[in-house]
Amino acid sequence: MDKVFPSIDEAIADIKDGAMIAVPGFFACGVPRALLQAIIKKGTKNLTLTCGCGPLLGATDELKALVQNGQLKKVIDSYGLYRSASKGMQDPFEQAVRAGTIEFEVYPMGTMAEKYRAGGAGIPAFYTPTGVGSVVEEGIVTNIEANRGQKETRIINGRKYVLEYALEPDYAFVHAYMGDREGNLRYAKTARNFNHVMAAAARVTIAEVENLVDSGAMDGDDVHTPGIYVHRMIQVPRPKFAITID
Amino acid sequence: MAEKTKLKGLSRELIALRVASALEDGTYVNLGIGIPTLISDWIEGRDIILQSEIGMLKTGPLATGNAIDQDLINASCQPVTSMLGTSYFDIAESFGMIRGQHIDVAVMGALQINDKGDYAGWSNPARGLFVGNIGGSMDLCAGAKKLYIAMEHTTRDGDYKVVKNLSYPATALGMVSMLFTDLAVIEITSKGLVLLEVAPGISAEDVQSVTEPKLIISKDLQEMQF
Repeated sequence: MDKVFPSIDEAIADIKDGAMIAVPGFFACGVPRALLQAIIKKGTKNLTLTCGCGPLLGATDELKALVQNGQLKKVIDSYGLYRSASKGMQDPFEQAVRAGTIEFEVYPMGTMAEKYRAGGAGIPAFYTPTGVGSVVEEGIVTNIEANRGQKETRIINGRKYVLEYALEPDYAFVHAYMGDREGNLRYAKTARNFNHVMAAAARVTIAEVENLVDSGAMDGDDVHTPGIYVHRMIQVPRPKFAITID
Repeated sequence: MAEKTKLKGLSRELIALRVASALEDGTYVNLGIGIPTLISDWIEGRDIILQSEIGMLKTGPLATGNAIDQDLINASCQPVTSMLGTSYFDIAESFGMIRGQHIDVAVMGALQINDKGDYAGWSNPARGLFVGNIGGSMDLCAGAKKLYIAMEHTTRDGDYKVVKNLSYPATALGMVSMLFTDLAVIEITSKGLVLLEVAPGISAEDVQSVTEPKLIISKDLQEMQF
């Protein structure tokens, strides 16, 4: 099996307006920057980007372009706003969230992680103690009031839990340090973060890898994401990030 | 107005030092953004293992110069180093570890805390947004065996942060057991807030003047030791 595409543009060619794409990365660490740039160039509209911990605060240029090109319908994340309110007021994403032109739906980070894990593992929903006693328990936390809804809760063994649903995005863009042609991936250090669970959760997973090797060149013990979860591969140069948030 | 008088308490670094000395050797600890992050400077060489929810156990000291690696950051987005015995894992594993009650202590910053151990830290209503940055805070509250708060005792304007009722959206209810501020060390008990220690030069009356709920003064009240 060879999953390597001749170009990044061909690897994302079938992504249509309205698609839901999982974007891993923890701030500036492990973000699929080349694939984000490719979707900006393609101009796909009405996108829902489902994240985990602020990759768009790491890939700031890409976020600005996506917002300014009107490509985003919705972002789902646990952390997507600048910490500083004054910096937030200058941020085109926060401005769009305030205006209600982009929906921003927020969950606790561990709930985001479990939504992908469950989605990739055939579990449609799960009870979690996280968020009990906060607005997270009452309903979906979103800037669009009409979408807030109710969440189910249940007492199990005397403790209260919130029902949260799995996520199965249409696509996942993942970034790996190394991959072989059959899609086995290995990540570097803390750049692993959301990459593996998103690869497993999405219907189509597209992996950008810094180092592409032949099948058999990776030891099976070194594989973090088995190739069964990865559908398309492309090789990209190592991205450069400024390591900062504020 | 007494509560508007800004008392001269500890620096943020010394609050972090006081929390560090309250952490026991042989424990797994997670540090939140803000003052808690500074605690890592005070535990080098101790037998305390830091978990970073990005997916790392045994997080090393901050990286500088050539040691900076964009693939190696802590959960506050600071470049860090690895140590002998560091391990990396993915995010579902990381939060399974947190919710599954394997972390001994989580230390978080806060905007408000009350005398029932409820605290607010993820959203300041003054920003005018219903949404905010929850990050890993609610998972740590739900899962850590002990939850400590490290914060300035009042707002920059001298308003109460230790309040009777939260006016900011809660992060978690009834989970906080200890509060460390620039003025005091306070234990949250079923009877209320017990003042255990005061900062050098600060009296119990001073602490009460900037604390909305009535404090219970410990009979063993002492000045903080460093």
